[in-house]
Amino acid sequence: MNQDCLLKMYFMMVKIRRVEERILDIFAQGKIPGFIHVSIGQEAVPVGVCSALREDDYISNTHRGHGQALAKGADLRRFMAEIYGREDGYCKGKAGSMHIACKELGIIGSNGVVGGGIPISLGTAFASMYKGNDRVTVSFFGDGATNEGTFHESLNLAALWNLPIVFCCENNGWAEFTPQKVHTKLENLSLRAASYGIPGVTVDGDDVLKVREEAEKAIGKARKGGGPTLLECKTHRWFGHFAGDAQKYRSPKEIEEVRKFDPILKFQNLLFERKHLRPKDVEEIEAKVKSEIDEAITFAENSPLPGVEGLLKDVYA
Amino acid sequence: MKEVRYVRAVTEALREEMARDEAVFVIGEDVAYPGGSFSATRGLLEEFGERRVKDTPISEAAIVGLALGAATQGLRPVVEIMFMDFLTVCMDQIVNQVAKTRYMFGGQYQLPMVIRTPGGGGLHAGPQHSQCLESWFAHVPGLKVVMPATPYDVKGLLKTAIRDDNPVLFVENKALYGLKGEIPEEEYLVPIGKADVKRSGKDVTVVATSRMVHQALEAAGILSKEGIDVEVIDLMTISPLDKETIFQSVEKTSKLVIVHEAVKAFGIGAEISALVCEEMIDCLDAPILRVGAPFTPVPFNLEHLYLPNSEDVIKAVKKVLE
Repeated sequence: MNQDCLLKMYFMMVKIRRVEERILDIFAQGKIPGFIHVSIGQEAVPVGVCSALREDDYISNTHRGHGQALAKGADLRRFMAEIYGREDGYCKGKAGSMHIACKELGIIGSNGVVGGGIPISLGTAFASMYKGNDRVTVSFFGDGATNEGTFHESLNLAALWNLPIVFCCENNGWAEFTPQKVHTKLENLSLRAASYGIPGVTVDGDDVLKVREEAEKAIGKARKGGGPTLLECKTHRWFGHFAGDAQKYRSPKEIEEVRKFDPILKFQNLLFERKHLRPKDVEEIEAKVKSEIDEAITFAENSPLPGVEGLLKDVYA
Repeated sequence: MKEVRYVRAVTEALREEMARDEAVFVIGEDVAYPGGSFSATRGLLEEFGERRVKDTPISEAAIVGLALGAATQGLRPVVEIMFMDFLTVCMDQIVNQVAKTRYMFGGQYQLPMVIRTPGGGGLHAGPQHSQCLESWFAHVPGLKVVMPATPYDVKGLLKTAIRDDNPVLFVENKALYGLKGEIPEEEYLVPIGKADVKRSGKDVTVVATSRMVHQALEAAGILSKEGIDVEVIDLMTISPLDKETIFQSVEKTSKLVIVHEAVKAFGIGAEISALVCEEMIDCLDAPILRVGAPFTPVPFNLEHLYLPNSEDVIKAVKKVLE
């Protein structure tokens, strides 16, 4: 992979981290309506996977989907306006954090129901096959979702019909307030793939290059008509389930220790080693990201709230 | 004109729309190779091939979700859910996903999809295979709910539903599948959202749905011999509801009876009754009566005690006339 590509990935990881941190901050100030679910600590997964996709490929993501949306190319201003519930947001302020969608970018729609988006992602994959194009769909979901019936139904059907889809399980070890060992007997969720007759891979989800490597394989396979893969990326959730969650159910020691797996630091060190990055570049990147975020927030805060007309619009076509 | 059975009118509608628009495809359990458990999709696989007519595993949520995703990309899926009762198995996909997609994503998507499903009893199929649940779905903004009662209407409405850019829950009736009726040789459509006055009358308005339309017409025939002139309105579309046709009729007759096979309590009769009271109370000469099934699950072998029929409609009409 060339330097340009590597630096783009690094930039996106930093961007996601800083955006999420800022969102937590504004949320604490009471400026954002609803619920926020940040993906801090998990940046290698959306970046590793989405950097391997084409612009015309599809993704479906979850309530914890900010990273995927940004990595798939969402414009930060329109993204932020949507978080704020304003008219200039991607969904005209009707979606908010949990349900961001952008048709042109192939972001089918993030989903507020655990496992709810998995069957829907079958549909975009089916549409590609039906229309005879080679667009691939990646369906993102967490470890908790693999216990929903929709996971089971969807993997079976995708395998049967050889759909051009990658099922990406972003396993951060927590399903809301419940750790993996309390919700699933298996250690590696990718084992489940065998029961559908498709390959399952578990990868270190905090190593963006390893994620990228496996994602490329799975996406390439799907694109050539080789059918689905279950790609399990093991990562770590730094914060609670939702913004404001004090995580009383989690040991303070564990909360502290997960930061050792920081995917951004890991990648940064590698880039330093390979001389693709210097500390001065890191400063510049941070400044650039901050300025983009500042601009996006100004844009969002200046965008109007939808009115009654907006409330009543788009129930039917 | 030619005579066809209700189920065959469904098949014709599917065939014509699939021939007309390459974006239309059919999926469901037993729909392709077996031609449908009620034979509604018979012959479609042979005519249109495996790409467009597909048998699925027993996976209602995956089937409906797939249809939703495909519809976002401009395809026009027609999904069969074998029994209306099984809509419960994919409720999240229908209510939280399909019905919400256009609205919550700010109008980016339109979902030109149809979910076809037979409701109703009369076949001794029991509590889990005989329900009429249309009021649940009519209560969800974002869905359209259609319930045709005749071969003519089922064909015309299904064609319209397939061409509609919104999600349509198309509720057929399994006890009506064998009903014969006349339909034109040439192509025709029946509009969604418009009720049909199946029998004109001046004494009482009877609003009915699906198989109860035939019970209402039978009752009207019997009552006419006693000099009572009943106007029978076939709703055809539950949601969006055609208030105008109902109101026009009530203005004429001043008396209203609503009959549906669904359980009376919390059924669509309650909605219609409330609407008429809100907007037309001065026109009414009597309270509005509803005829519906008792508040029990559908009994497998006691349907003769359970299903509303023309006698119940006659009793209600006479009561309203007192």
